[in-house]
Amino acid sequence: MNILSLQNVSKSFGALIVTDDASFDVSQGEALGIIGPNGAGKSTLFNLITGNLRADQGTITFEGRDVTRVSAMERCLTGIGRSFQIPQPFEKLTVYENLLVAATHGRNLSEAAVLADCADVLERTELIRRANTPAGQLSLLERKRLELARAMATQPKLLLLDEIAGGLTEGECQALIGTIRDIHARGVTIIWIEHVLHALTSVVERLLVLDFGRVIGLGDPEEIMASKEVQEIYLGIEV
Amino acid sequence: MAYSVSTQTPASRIAAIAGAVLILVLIALPFIAGRSTIRDMFFILTMLVLAQFWNLLAGYGGLVSIGQQAFVGAGAYALFGTVILWGVDPVPAILFCGIAALVIAVPTAFFAFRLNGAYFAIGTWVIAEVVRLLVSQWKTLGGGTGTSLPRDATGDMWFVGAIETALGVRTAAARDILAYWLALALALATIGGIYWLLRTRRGLALAAVRDNVEAAKSVGVDAGRMKWIVFLTSAFGTGLAGGLIYLQKARISPDAAFSVTDWTAYVIFIVVIGGIGTIEGPIVGVLVFFALQSLLADFGSWYLMTLGVLAIIIMLVAPRGLWGLLSARTGLHLFPIRRRLSGGTTEQRETP
Repeated sequence: MNILSLQNVSKSFGALIVTDDASFDVSQGEALGIIGPNGAGKSTLFNLITGNLRADQGTITFEGRDVTRVSAMERCLTGIGRSFQIPQPFEKLTVYENLLVAATHGRNLSEAAVLADCADVLERTELIRRANTPAGQLSLLERKRLELARAMATQPKLLLLDEIAGGLTEGECQALIGTIRDIHARGVTIIWIEHVLHALTSVVERLLVLDFGRVIGLGDPEEIMASKEVQEIYLGIEV
Repeated sequence: MAYSVSTQTPASRIAAIAGAVLILVLIALPFIAGRSTIRDMFFILTMLVLAQFWNLLAGYGGLVSIGQQAFVGAGAYALFGTVILWGVDPVPAILFCGIAALVIAVPTAFFAFRLNGAYFAIGTWVIAEVVRLLVSQWKTLGGGTGTSLPRDATGDMWFVGAIETALGVRTAAARDILAYWLALALALATIGGIYWLLRTRRGLALAAVRDNVEAAKSVGVDAGRMKWIVFLTSAFGTGLAGGLIYLQKARISPDAAFSVTDWTAYVIFIVVIGGIGTIEGPIVGVLVFFALQSLLADFGSWYLMTLGVLAIIIMLVAPRGLWGLLSARTGLHLFPIRRRLSGGTTEQRETP
């Protein structure tokens, strides 16, 4: 069953076409990776799926419901969670309060009802020791983990990760991959944009390649990486 | 592992007891203090209410308005209108002041919410000027020169007679005492109400919207609704305060009631030097403001220049205000809102 489906989705900023007639399906429980050169429109595609941007054309269907015109806030309530490429914590709130905002509003529950779940997410994302620290004081790795934890606190069915491994050391990256695998193993569908390819391919089952806003490849990661078109466009290799 | 959450600190428990004692003293003040003290306290309390609502708007909601005089003026004129034109007793008429401010606030928000940051600030100012000019055309309430509350309406308004006999004071003094008690009730309700709001999940949402709107929307926060809640609440409270201020003054003109200096610039000064984004800040700020005003009142425009210079210095040296400075040094919070998670493996102490 498809959890998410895009049909002929387009988006332009003035004359610049950033998403060009994108169509693809994501099935329930899948992990899909998205790659593409800088400026290919990967983050824009995410913003269209989460509702932070509105599509000019096309339809976005989530769990069989047309969400193309639905606000970001409502899409979160229906089960779409995201992390931002540049971490966007609520800086003056503590780590725990960051999760509390997400859990109470994203699930429409009281603070008392989500306490145990928030603590559980903090343990799984290894942020529990920093629970009472203002988010503005976190390190880069901790900020990335907070992005992940905050998205998890809304208990999404579909989780969008935007370059969450970027800028981390190899050790940090491996630890984060473990956490993401664990989330995926619990049945959360994941779409993950990443430049760190080995991190991506160690988790995802399919790869989607974007270039100039167009989907130019979708399929098995090994086949995609081996294809001439991807090597030329994405890796810049003359074949 | 069991986790629990608490917002209380040992200091806040002591503060709660001290606060209760202070409230009792303030209620009893008219029995022990003279008329000029009561008038000064009225001024402090009403400015505190304006400052708390501006702080809610700007410090928590991120909505920097410089048009709060629109709501003070609307409230004040609503009081005069209902008393003079409809013959309503001034005390219950204060409720209309809040409602009148709401009536102005809805179209204001409709336009101003299309603007962000500095544009929002200028937009609110422009709207306030428009309201002032419109009110100046209202001939029945004195047009541009203004009018006074009828003496018989203020003389035999609710409770004044009772205060006269109970405290053995004259009518004018009884009116001041009544205004003081109303101001005290409004200030306590304001502080209590804001503190309650900040401790609910709406308070959390407010902080999230202030820190990052896009991220807040992405975790299910209705950012638009939070802005409306804060803006309308502030307008209502500011309108009530406006009505109360002019009940005590008993004389109104458009230039005074819609003064950007009196009802927005001073209020911003109070919040900024006290500490924006805290409940304690405006309380500290209003005391500093009152002290400065008492000291420098005879120096005319030097007074305003001193306020300006002081505000700039404090913004540079202590951007989070005097309370922010104290709070950072001592970790003191009289109105704690931070939820502290404890239990499990949270035991590692955070850096302050």
